[in-house]
Amino acid sequence: MRTYHSLEEVRADLLSSKTTLVSLVNYYLQRIETYQHLNVFLHVYADEAVQRAEAIDAKLKAGTAGKLAGMVISIKDMICYKDHPVSASSKILKGFKSIYSSTVVERILAEDAIIIGHVNCDEFAMGASNETSHYGNVLNFADNSLVPGGSSGGSAVSVQADLCLASLGTDTGGSIRQPAAFCGLVGLKPTYGRVSRYGIIAYASSFDQVGPVTKNVKDAALILEVIAGKDEFDATLSSKAVSNFSNLQAPKKNMRIAYITETIETEGIDPEIKAAMYNRVKALQADGHTVEPVSFPYLKYAVPTYYVLTTAEASSNLSRYDGVHFGYRSPNATDLESTYKLSRSEGFGEEVKRRIMLGTFVLSAGYYDAYYAKAQKVRRIIQEKSNEILSNYDLIILPTTPTTAFKIGEKTSDPVQMYLADIFTVQAPLAGLPAISVPETTHSNGLSIGIQVIGKRFGEQEMLDFAHYLTQNH
Amino acid sequence: MRIDKDLVEKIAHLARLQFNETEKVKIEADLNRILDFMETLNEVDTSMVAPLIYMNDEVNVLRKDEVIQTITHDEGLANAPKKDTDYFRVPKVIEQK
Repeated sequence: MRTYHSLEEVRADLLSSKTTLVSLVNYYLQRIETYQHLNVFLHVYADEAVQRAEAIDAKLKAGTAGKLAGMVISIKDMICYKDHPVSASSKILKGFKSIYSSTVVERILAEDAIIIGHVNCDEFAMGASNETSHYGNVLNFADNSLVPGGSSGGSAVSVQADLCLASLGTDTGGSIRQPAAFCGLVGLKPTYGRVSRYGIIAYASSFDQVGPVTKNVKDAALILEVIAGKDEFDATLSSKAVSNFSNLQAPKKNMRIAYITETIETEGIDPEIKAAMYNRVKALQADGHTVEPVSFPYLKYAVPTYYVLTTAEASSNLSRYDGVHFGYRSPNATDLESTYKLSRSEGFGEEVKRRIMLGTFVLSAGYYDAYYAKAQKVRRIIQEKSNEILSNYDLIILPTTPTTAFKIGEKTSDPVQMYLADIFTVQAPLAGLPAISVPETTHSNGLSIGIQVIGKRFGEQEMLDFAHYLTQNH
Repeated sequence: MRIDKDLVEKIAHLARLQFNETEKVKIEADLNRILDFMETLNEVDTSMVAPLIYMNDEVNVLRKDEVIQTITHDEGLANAPKKDTDYFRVPKVIEQK
């Protein structure tokens, strides 16, 4: 079996009978087996994937197959799929089975995608390296001593190691884009309100969005087209029409692009990433676009703002894990209070507890205004300043990460160092804006460098067109 | 702002978590380190800024008020750590005299 790089390639071979979807699924299942040590999959749905492949092979022959027919996809362990386990990679949800499917799962299945399994992630999506999972860390396929990024690390490596064609992840502060950059892939976070959060295990509800990890922009656009749009089960969803995102067009001739000086002229950025950004700026200018530096002095406040707000939301969202209604209950519990305290203390991992503690503190009487309300105000400034840039420019470009994939264990001892891995990815979700990371170039260390594009609110089409153009013009 | 051991214990109770003595020392240090980092926000003048609370600008998102059964009683109980035919079961809450 050849390695496929796009759904188009798969479809061409299926239509010309060079292969069948059943053999493709078997090929992926075999690779999942071979590369078990990467620790990507928590659950593999082998039998049902093969059964669905048979049914979809027949549909393809009959010409009745959906938009995603031929796409074998993994889903992050934050996404509910009826009658299948889901655990947010946490001990507290070990053995939990979804009693309904998320809207995104319903929609990809309706278009004939095949879900091959649930993949590992940071516990409750809290992490930037996939090292906080109860089920152990995921290894980067390019170099097994490195992290794949996080929190959607399993999603990224499932695609990077060719264990499936695409993955659905979730992005709260960079959890799709950062691992995509570390693994040489495309990662898309839609505008807040574009994709339903129904059936997604909640981390920070004013940030969380589902999005794809893929090998190319077109597949990401196609998945977005399928999962986006109004849903009766999520009142935060926009009623804005969803266009055919995958119908990618060349961007207009004279684009106005801003790059944020503070993301390039900063200490701690790898010099080759800095050089790659300036090379891209020059190339875009040579191609006739207006590319100008803008200052965004609030960059240094983005990560602290993000952590005040997301830990607060998490402490509230995670109060539902009480040892009573579902999930883990401590065998040592003797009364109601110890049922809560022991189940939660034994069920949650260290990072999750740290964030619940922080969130509880910033929301508690006496500290609410100084921390939580303050951060909500800074969030407004970040949103307004970002929108101001986007009123003068079509798009913003910036690096996805300050470094390439780092060593396993390198940042685990200092939470602040780990939090700073999100430095370039938190601006978009703080402002509710869409953003995409695409592979830009290869570092001399052999690893991929990602470039990020931030679009206007609900401006995914223009952002995707441009991101596609970036990948076509190196 | 410094968090001390008493405050760690108070927050832990509010969050319905508990820590042993070694863990308390570590979490106290971690929280203080992270709070120092969060306090850089005090450099930003927000005196004229309203907090940003809602990220969506849809107003009055309504749907028909129809009764639909999305899950059954059995499904509701399916993931409970302890249950009987009808109810979730918990350790005894009220002391017997």
